[in-house]
Amino acid sequence: MMLSEATLKKIDREVAKYPADQKQSAVMAALIFAQDEKGWLAHETIASVAQYLDMPEMAVFEVASFYNMYDLHPVGKYKLTVCTNLPCALSGGVHAADYLKKKLGIDFNETTPDGKFTLKEGECMGACGDAPVMLVNNKHMRCFMAPEEIDLLLEECK
Amino acid sequence: MALLQSINPLLSAGWQRDAHEWRLENDTGWHLKDYEARGGYQSLRKILAAKMSPDDVIAEVKKSVLRGRGGAGFPTGLKWSFMPKAAPEKYIVCNTDEGEPGTFKDRDIQRFDPHAVIEGMIIAAYAVGAGRGYNYIHGEIYELYQRFEQALDEARAAGLIGQNILGSGLNFELFAHQGWGAYICGEETGLLESIEGKKGQPRYKPPFPANVGLYGKPTTINNTETFASIPYILRDGGDAFLNLGKPNNGGTKLFSVSGHVNRPGNFEVPMGTPFPKLLEMAGGMRGGRKLKAVIPGGSSAPVLPADIIMDCTLDYDSIAKAGSMFGSGAVIVMDETVCMVQALERLSWFYYEESCGQCTPCREGTGWLYKVIHRIEHGLGRPEDLDLLSDVSTNIMGRTICALGDAAALPVLSFTKHFRSEFEYHIEHKKCLVPRDVQKAGSTFHTRLMAGTAC
Ligand SMILES: Cc1cc2nc3c(=O)[nH]c(=O)nc-3n(C[C@H](O)[C@H](O)[C@H](O)COP(=O)(O)O)c2cc1C
Ligand code: SF4
Ligand code: FES
Repeated sequence: MMLSEATLKKIDREVAKYPADQKQSAVMAALIFAQDEKGWLAHETIASVAQYLDMPEMAVFEVASFYNMYDLHPVGKYKLTVCTNLPCALSGGVHAADYLKKKLGIDFNETTPDGKFTLKEGECMGACGDAPVMLVNNKHMRCFMAPEEIDLLLEECK
Repeated sequence: MALLQSINPLLSAGWQRDAHEWRLENDTGWHLKDYEARGGYQSLRKILAAKMSPDDVIAEVKKSVLRGRGGAGFPTGLKWSFMPKAAPEKYIVCNTDEGEPGTFKDRDIQRFDPHAVIEGMIIAAYAVGAGRGYNYIHGEIYELYQRFEQALDEARAAGLIGQNILGSGLNFELFAHQGWGAYICGEETGLLESIEGKKGQPRYKPPFPANVGLYGKPTTINNTETFASIPYILRDGGDAFLNLGKPNNGGTKLFSVSGHVNRPGNFEVPMGTPFPKLLEMAGGMRGGRKLKAVIPGGSSAPVLPADIIMDCTLDYDSIAKAGSMFGSGAVIVMDETVCMVQALERLSWFYYEESCGQCTPCREGTGWLYKVIHRIEHGLGRPEDLDLLSDVSTNIMGRTICALGDAAALPVLSFTKHFRSEFEYHIEHKKCLVPRDVQKAGSTFHTRLMAGTAC
């Protein structure tokens, strides 16, 4: 499963940030772009990243499995990650997750039958003053997620 | 979350004050021109124009008694002076991994003042003779990673980074590196492994990064807020910074206040400010409820009961004397609706989840701690469990490669010490001392939901 030209171009830009003999430093970014393109990191996708960066596949797989925000299994169109760590929990983090579970009819690590939403439990996102906080597809953070805000978010997710 | 009080003109003066305005696209004031209008990059220009020597820069930072803002509080000037002079290839690394529960100051620095970080890093590079730098930004703030790259573009276009900076002959290349969800990468050597494209597993120390750092080369690594404090010190002088705080605790500091207060947020206050003052600035206790406990320095710091914390001032010495740690300046406030067993259960889960698994005492120990606290919380606790918890904790401490082991043990020891009766009650009666509906009342979300009102 080849990566697209656009993705490879983005990876090249990352490679250029590091000394010439340290291409491997771009692996985290490369996996992020690959995940953006494919939706999740299948074995073949990891293999293409390894090939492109001249790394052993196992070394790339180790990175992909060590960091929490890589998806090694398919996820819904919208992955919602809710922080439930203590500082957030004191201001509604857990209840926001409960509210989402009820509305979507799924638990953490599950995907709705229509493949639209996946729910994940997150650890501290460095935004505890804005609780409840959640990430939409890893890259977009939403803050102060009171029930009505969650309703709005779900409507936005077409 | 916005900053609610500011002192340092080069760090926080331009920050937006509306606590609920979290949408980044509405932000203004973070661009190069705004930072320069506040006096930004004057320190760098001054150093280069006056041909101030690197040693003099380090001396000024030493004089300021700036202590690392990432948690350990190590004197920054001293750390810089450890860098070997002769090495041909050296690095500067900024730690914006900010994952310590309760800490959210670096996010606001990246949001409103990315150029203060850049200027601080350039000055550091000049002081230690580094030619390249990386800012490691944690994955959850991807939008601010993008902003930092934009700020880098602005600085590059203005000749502030790159080759022959401002015509001075100084060369320094600076890049952003994106993290992707691993608390352990906040540990400095785990972070270096991560930049090298590996699992972020901490290294044995010594050797310290100043000798063997990124790609095996001498490296200075500091926290975001540490770098962002540098421009002021070089512009107004080390003494001026020191005098903002108190002896041995130089400067002002950003405190992230979270939990049961009316106005959670970041507050820049002088080191040595009394805790009750900070609580008051944060709008006091939510719903007028009673303060029960505070974790004063991020989740890894020992918890302090209300009566002890109310007598503390916010500086390394006072908090240490009270039996806790100043840490990252993250103040987690808990009121009487909190069940301490449940609170500890959540923290213990975090450390278990985030242990990188290299050391047996940490990998196995964090699992044990969580398991035992979980069963106490769920009514299956045994009378011997409290002794077991302290046994496991003391067996982790001091026996691991990095400080995450201690960070997992300290909350357990302090929660069970200060709130022992709650744990005993749980074990004996199989339920919480704090009734469930009282606990629920503590959550803003829940109260709003029940009242059915819009915010
Ligand atoms: C488990 C663990 C997590 C850490 N997380 C962070 C972090 O997120 N940000 C940070 O600046 N320092 C963190 N530190 C501290 C760093 O190892 C290091 O001391 C710090 O970045 C040095 O910078 P400073 O001297 O400017 O504080 C962490 C340490 C440990 C043991
Ligand atoms: S103490 Fe824990 S987190 Fe730190 S290196 Fe050992 S196993 Fe990893
Ligand atoms: S605890 Fe949720 S963002 Fe920090």
